[in-house]
Amino acid sequence: MNIHPPYLSPAYRSTILRAPAHPLVMPKLGPDAIELTGPVFGHEEVAPLDHDLTRQHAGEPIGERIIVTGRVVDSGGRPVAGTLVEVWQANAAGRYAHKGDQHPAPLDPNFTGAGRCMTDHEGRYRFVTIKPGAYPWRNHHNAWRPAHIHFSVFGTAFTQRLVTQMYFPGDPLFPFDPIFQSIPDDAARQRLVSRFDLDLTEPEWALGYQFDIVLGRTPMEA
Amino acid sequence: MYETSTAHVTPSQTVGPFFAHALPYDQDWELVSETHPGAIEIRGRVLDGAGEPLPDALLELWTGTSGPRGALRRKGVGTSGFGRCATTPEGFYHFRTVRPDGAYMALLVFARGLLRPVLTRIYLRDEPDPLLDMLEPARKATLIARERSENVYEFDVHLQGEKETVFLGA
Repeated sequence: MNIHPPYLSPAYRSTILRAPAHPLVMPKLGPDAIELTGPVFGHEEVAPLDHDLTRQHAGEPIGERIIVTGRVVDSGGRPVAGTLVEVWQANAAGRYAHKGDQHPAPLDPNFTGAGRCMTDHEGRYRFVTIKPGAYPWRNHHNAWRPAHIHFSVFGTAFTQRLVTQMYFPGDPLFPFDPIFQSIPDDAARQRLVSRFDLDLTEPEWALGYQFDIVLGRTPMEA
Repeated sequence: MYETSTAHVTPSQTVGPFFAHALPYDQDWELVSETHPGAIEIRGRVLDGAGEPLPDALLELWTGTSGPRGALRRKGVGTSGFGRCATTPEGFYHFRTVRPDGAYMALLVFARGLLRPVLTRIYLRDEPDPLLDMLEPARKATLIARERSENVYEFDVHLQGEKETVFLGA
C-alpha cells in the first residue's frame, strides 16, 4: 500500500541526491529492539501557552486566527495519549521566522510560528494559530507551496515517529505541488487536508479546522 | 470511536528546510551533562549522494530507555534517552550521551528532500549481532562508529552514494 511517499520523487528536486538507493533492510525486531520503544514526555515539559501561537509575543499577530485540533490514534483506532505534538509554519504572508527564508514577504514581529502540546487521554491536541500563507520555493518555474502547517508526532515507538504537513481544504495549488503530489495514493494524500468545521469555529474570533493523525507501525516502510 | 486501519495511516512529508525555529531546544544534543561519568561524544556529518554536507538535517538519537534527565526540558542530573541535533551549515552534528545498555543506539534523520525519515543504528563496535551478521562487510561498516579518541566516536550518515548508510525499514 503506497501510503507514504517514495524517497525518490524526482519532481521534488531535493530528493534526487538525498533518496537512499539501496532497499531498506528489514531486521527482525525482537523484544529487545530499542526501535519498539520511544521517549516518554512528561506534562511539565510543555508550558501552558506553548499551544497558542498567537500569544507568544506582546502584540496580536496579523492574519486569520484559526483553531486546529484533532486526535492522534494508532492504526487500530486507539488514542495515543500523552504524546508530544509539535508544529511550525510560515506567517500569514508566507514567510518563516528563519534566517534562511529569503522570500521578500514581511516578517511579523508578533508571530514566530512554532508550538507544542501533549495529547490528552483521548489523544486530542489543540493549537491556536494564524493561517499560514502560500510561498514560492524555487523547485521549478513558478513553484509555490500550498498553505501548510508542519506537524511532528512521536507516537509510542521510535518507528512510529511521524513528521507530516497539514493542508487547507480547496487549495488551488495542490495539483502543482510536488511535495503534496509525492504521495502516490489519492485517498492517502487527501488525509493531509484538514476539514473546516463550523462547530469548532468560534464566533467573532477564529475559524476551526479538524486534522486527525493516524500513526502506523513505521513511516519508513513504503 | 474511530474506525481505522493501516489503510488510514497519515502519510509522511518532508520536515522542510525551516524547522530550526521550532524543533531544536536548549541542550537538545546533551543526553547527559558535561560532567556525567562515562559521557561519550558521537559526532559526524550528514552527506548527500554527491558527498555534499546537508546544512538542513535534523537527527534524533534514542538509546532505548528514558532516564531522569527529561526528553525535552533537561534536568541537571542523570541521563536522558532522547536527543535531537540540527546539522550546522557544514553538515556537522554531535551528541553527548552514555554507552547504551545494548549494542546500539537508534538514529532517525530528517531533512529537506527526505519525504520520510531514514532510520539507522549506531554501533560502537563490531561484534556478533543479528543485524550486523546479515550484512556484507562494506555495508556493515556503515553502521559502526569509528573511535577517534577515548570516548569520542565519529559516525557519518551517507544518504546515497558508494558509502550509503544501511537504513532500516523496521
